[in-house]
Amino acid sequence: MSIGLYHCLLLAAILFAIGLYGVLSKRNIIAILMGVELMLNAVNINFVAFNRYTPVSDLTGQLMTVFAITVGVAEVAIGIALAYRIYNDRQTINVDKLDNMKG
Amino acid sequence: MNFEVISTEIFILVLGLFAIVMDLVLPKDESRKSIGGVLIFALTGWVAYMFTMYVPESVIADGGTATRYFNDMLYIVDNYAIFFKQLFIVATIFTMLFSLDYMQNVLRYKGEFYALLMTALLGMCVLASANDFLTAFIGLELMTISFYILVGARISSNNSSEAAVKYLIVGSVSTAIMLYGISLVYGATGSIHFYDMFRNQHLFSAIGLAGATMIMIGFFFKLSVIPFHMWAPDVYQGAPTPITAMLAMGSKAAGIAVFMRVLYVAFPLIGFYWLPILAVLSAICMIGGNIMAIRQNDVKRMLAYSSIAQAGYMMVGIVAADYPGMKAVMFYGMLYVFANVGAFAALSLVEQHRGGSDYKAIAGLAKSAPVMAAVMTISLLSMAGIPPTAGFAGKLYLFTAVVNQGYLWLAFVGFIMSMISVYYYLQVTKAMYLDEGDGEPIVISGAARAAAVISVLATIIFGVCPEPLAHLTNLASFTFLQ
Repeated sequence: MSIGLYHCLLLAAILFAIGLYGVLSKRNIIAILMGVELMLNAVNINFVAFNRYTPVSDLTGQLMTVFAITVGVAEVAIGIALAYRIYNDRQTINVDKLDNMKG
Repeated sequence: MNFEVISTEIFILVLGLFAIVMDLVLPKDESRKSIGGVLIFALTGWVAYMFTMYVPESVIADGGTATRYFNDMLYIVDNYAIFFKQLFIVATIFTMLFSLDYMQNVLRYKGEFYALLMTALLGMCVLASANDFLTAFIGLELMTISFYILVGARISSNNSSEAAVKYLIVGSVSTAIMLYGISLVYGATGSIHFYDMFRNQHLFSAIGLAGATMIMIGFFFKLSVIPFHMWAPDVYQGAPTPITAMLAMGSKAAGIAVFMRVLYVAFPLIGFYWLPILAVLSAICMIGGNIMAIRQNDVKRMLAYSSIAQAGYMMVGIVAADYPGMKAVMFYGMLYVFANVGAFAALSLVEQHRGGSDYKAIAGLAKSAPVMAAVMTISLLSMAGIPPTAGFAGKLYLFTAVVNQGYLWLAFVGFIMSMISVYYYLQVTKAMYLDEGDGEPIVISGAARAAAVISVLATIIFGVCPEPLAHLTNLASFTFLQ
């Protein structure tokens, strides 16, 4: 059995679902960021797979991946900096404790 | 490469770099207001210059092209994009004008504030001009990542970092969902270019439809359309007030700009099936936003819910999906900027001097700062759509456009909800004029006063004679549909 487009798409879909589950179920900011990162990586697999297995002439999909990786890194970097600040403010990075504002 | 086409973006980028360099060069204890002054001056000049970039209707009637492209049609500069860029720049100018004191007194990192504001503005401008999903994605991220930092910029407040984390998590999840949608659409059609997309029948495969839906959901998150609005109130409340203003005016208008382009250019056929759903969503937005705004006791939070309702009003124009509808959306977006500037200028003053933004903090503002109280009242009335303010003209355009398309019930919902919104807007006025405050006069800087007064003047002038602005929006939407 050879690896084809559908295997890649399936893998990406599963990764995306796991990432989304992580974001929704985890309470630690760092773990949530890891979930986000999984979702973004699923997208990258999708792009590369489509670029490889469908008849497109250019490398747009791979180009998109490069940008998606860069943006993902920037997002996570800011997320970690904010987590650090939250920890300084409240000695915890549990998102359930972030409930100053309600209504 | 025709670099002249992207001169606006280059100019903004240079200003951002200038802010960073000046922040390093200036002595540590020197006020950073001078950077803001230079930026305001430069941007004002550029907005005036941008009026010469519009392609007049006569050129198109003669068969000329209305659009200029940069980099092989990936970047499009038409009247529509120019109008939205002007809107963003005007919003930024006003925000900087009324926040000169605020940021000097409240924020710890001042030079960075200006630099990040410029990158956010750059992101918005890229969004308005994007003609493929890669450019749109980069513009969107440039804008939101700058806003993540700006929302958390008030180091002295716990709420600020809390708001930033909430914004970051929701924002990055919505980015991931939208990117996944883009990847599916790319897989279905083999392209990410808006022009290639609408001709491609593969878009109607299961993958393509799923992708288009996910892209839409991503936009709904950014526009804080109800059921995807949970982040907005917290973020608006926790962010520094000038940034809340920018989020409400700039970020939302940028989302609308790219959303309209995606809906009308990339997915016109899918969009046709989407319009009834959009109509329902906009009705939910208007109802939910206005109802929830009533029970808030923080003015900033109230304005957050009201901005959800305003997004609903603007979506009414998108639902109309024709030339008057687009024109109405752009008109409304512009006057919403002026109304917001008035309200947030007063609010940032209150927050600066009284340390909060709830109804207690604004009590008796009419005695302490009569000009600001009047400005706030008129701005809020404009948001509610009371004549003779510009809000009335804007809502008139929106509802006429949608009624002509047969959505009478939607206009009816909008009309009822505008009436309801008067109640909570006037509650602010009541607190300012009838409740007792500490009565101490608040010193207002000339810049903040100028921003507030100019925005109110604009609100009233465009309410009494909307023709100049309407002409501009006519031109923009006319060439967009060619």
